[in-house]
Amino acid sequence: MSGAKALGRRLLPQCVALAAILILIWFNFPGFFAIEMQNGRLYGSLIDVMNRGAPVALLAVGMTLVIATRGIDLSVGAVMAICGAVAAASSVRGDPLAVTLVMSLGIGLLCGLWNGVLVAILNIQPIVATLVLMVAGRGIAQLITEGAILTFNDPGLIFIGSGSLFGLPMPVVLWLVFGIAVALIIRRTALGLLIEATGVNRRAATLSGIQAPAFLIMAYVLSGLCAALAGLIVTADIRGADANNAGLWLELDAILAVVVGGNSLLGGRFSIIASLIGAMIIQAVNTGILLSGFPPEFNLIIKAAIIVLILLIQSPRLSHLAAFVRPAGPAAPAQGKSVAGGASAGDARDIKKLERTAS
Amino acid sequence: MMLKTALASATVLAACLFGSAHAADMTVGFSQIGSESGWRAAETTLTKQQAEKRGIDLKFADAQQKQENQIKAVRSFIAQGVDAILIAPVVATGWDEVLTEAKDAKIPVILLDRTVDAPKDLYMTAVTSDLVHEGNVAGKWLVDTVAGKPCNVVELQGTTGSSPAIDRKKGFEQALKGHDNLKIVRSQTGDFTRTKGKEVMESFLKAEGGGKNICALYAHNDDMAVGAIQAIKEAGLKPGKDILVVSIDAVPDIFQAMAAGEANATVELTPNMAGPAFDALAAYKKDGTMPPKWIQTESKLYTQKDDPKAVYEQKKGLGY
Repeated sequence: MSGAKALGRRLLPQCVALAAILILIWFNFPGFFAIEMQNGRLYGSLIDVMNRGAPVALLAVGMTLVIATRGIDLSVGAVMAICGAVAAASSVRGDPLAVTLVMSLGIGLLCGLWNGVLVAILNIQPIVATLVLMVAGRGIAQLITEGAILTFNDPGLIFIGSGSLFGLPMPVVLWLVFGIAVALIIRRTALGLLIEATGVNRRAATLSGIQAPAFLIMAYVLSGLCAALAGLIVTADIRGADANNAGLWLELDAILAVVVGGNSLLGGRFSIIASLIGAMIIQAVNTGILLSGFPPEFNLIIKAAIIVLILLIQSPRLSHLAAFVRPAGPAAPAQGKSVAGGASAGDARDIKKLERTAS
Repeated sequence: MMLKTALASATVLAACLFGSAHAADMTVGFSQIGSESGWRAAETTLTKQQAEKRGIDLKFADAQQKQENQIKAVRSFIAQGVDAILIAPVVATGWDEVLTEAKDAKIPVILLDRTVDAPKDLYMTAVTSDLVHEGNVAGKWLVDTVAGKPCNVVELQGTTGSSPAIDRKKGFEQALKGHDNLKIVRSQTGDFTRTKGKEVMESFLKAEGGGKNICALYAHNDDMAVGAIQAIKEAGLKPGKDILVVSIDAVPDIFQAMAAGEANATVELTPNMAGPAFDALAAYKKDGTMPPKWIQTESKLYTQKDDPKAVYEQKKGLGY
């Protein structure tokens, strides 16, 4: 019970930000919350937000774990392009759907393994190690598609992008199920704590008997798998692999989703659910701008302004200040603890505990 | 000298192989940008085809999107003593020096598809399409098609600030001027990609009463139109009938959509820039006629009446 309460407190700033943005869009565009059934699936702007946000949400799942290990994965956008290209090429060749999916996801895992080995075994800094695949990946994808947009007509593959299950678009089902499954597996086992320990202080973690390289590789492999899923979705969505544009700059949106989710780039404590909400915040802003009818020159400025505002609200320094201004009460310090600053203090305690057990 | 003889014999050999009726006395160097898009690949294919047809020995250099590679290629063409050089310049600036070298060597230079910021006497001519005109042709088609009926248009712009986006928007608006029945109600960027075209069209449909207020879509390129067509279908409307679709570029996939009745018209940005360039060169070699400084390629309009299936088959193999 107290666990659920702690989770609620942790997610409060993100939920408030998401609600505020949704209401802001609703003011601008009154039909925003309207949802109807059409051709056996839910149809409306809110569904669009969840559907269009699917690639970033999936990337954010893997990115959260990588960032929790104090790493970063810049290659996910390029891996999306590679996996999409592999799937399209395989489908065009006439392979059965299962082979197409296994190949595409397998290549994603392989890309993640490559990153993981560079970081964990060869000790290359994550930003440099993943930069390699970020740059080379798009070239590999172009080699596979031979520079053209590779279109396919396999209804099974198309279903992943624009089919629907229980009235929800398939991409929404995928990121919801996948995200919650990973969050549960990580949190119901010791995996989460071990990953956090690796991220806060790798040496201390190793000394306390944690196989840090294994956890690092696992995080990057999962990130690769997420990128493969996201790549499948964007490719299936347009029924073609666009090596030049699939997943372009999405690694940055994924990192942003993790940060907006209140996770520290310095590693340690993390929440996958918060990152997923962060991804929805970003997509809500994108969709809101499109619905608002502003000229496109304003898109990026509005997006940046909103993101800065959200990060300001989450800033530990600012909540400290707010605690001074607010009349003393039990709520004020609690909120300060729910953000990044509070998280790292907690991690330090965890590590101390680990070190004690080691000695 | 040795090189020249070798080259000459090579061209003769090439002429014999291809059995062309044309005079096979030309060697032309072509510095291509690289493989940045399907259109670029089609341009390369067509340039090679056109050269082969005319019995021209084409020396092809791929610059991989780097200007220094292009400059190196041009210098090597000059050293080889080619009869003419075609350049598809990757950027507009920094060409003065190498173009002067070509001029000193008396080798005419023709620019393809893009122009450069250099004195006009440094190159013979530039073969490009008129982006404003393309938008104009698309707009005129829409004006004629709706024939005075009121029509709300949504526009999918190219990448914000890029010259095709600015000019294609300008040309379209010029064509609509004076026809008050046509109104652009929404205009957003789709970054020239299918994914963004689909996403933005979804929001247009929501914002305009489920698409009932929209009568036509104008997309700055075919890829965005292809994405938007899927969005229209998923919203339960019929693209091509409920919402007219007109776009620019004429890539193969839009002809498939046209054959299925889901797109209405496209304006061709022809990848055959080399054909007019070779014609100008042939005239210059024959009696020294200088071509005009700008050769505008045709912006041909294709509609569902132009047998889109056949055009698709014909364009499919060009490497788009």
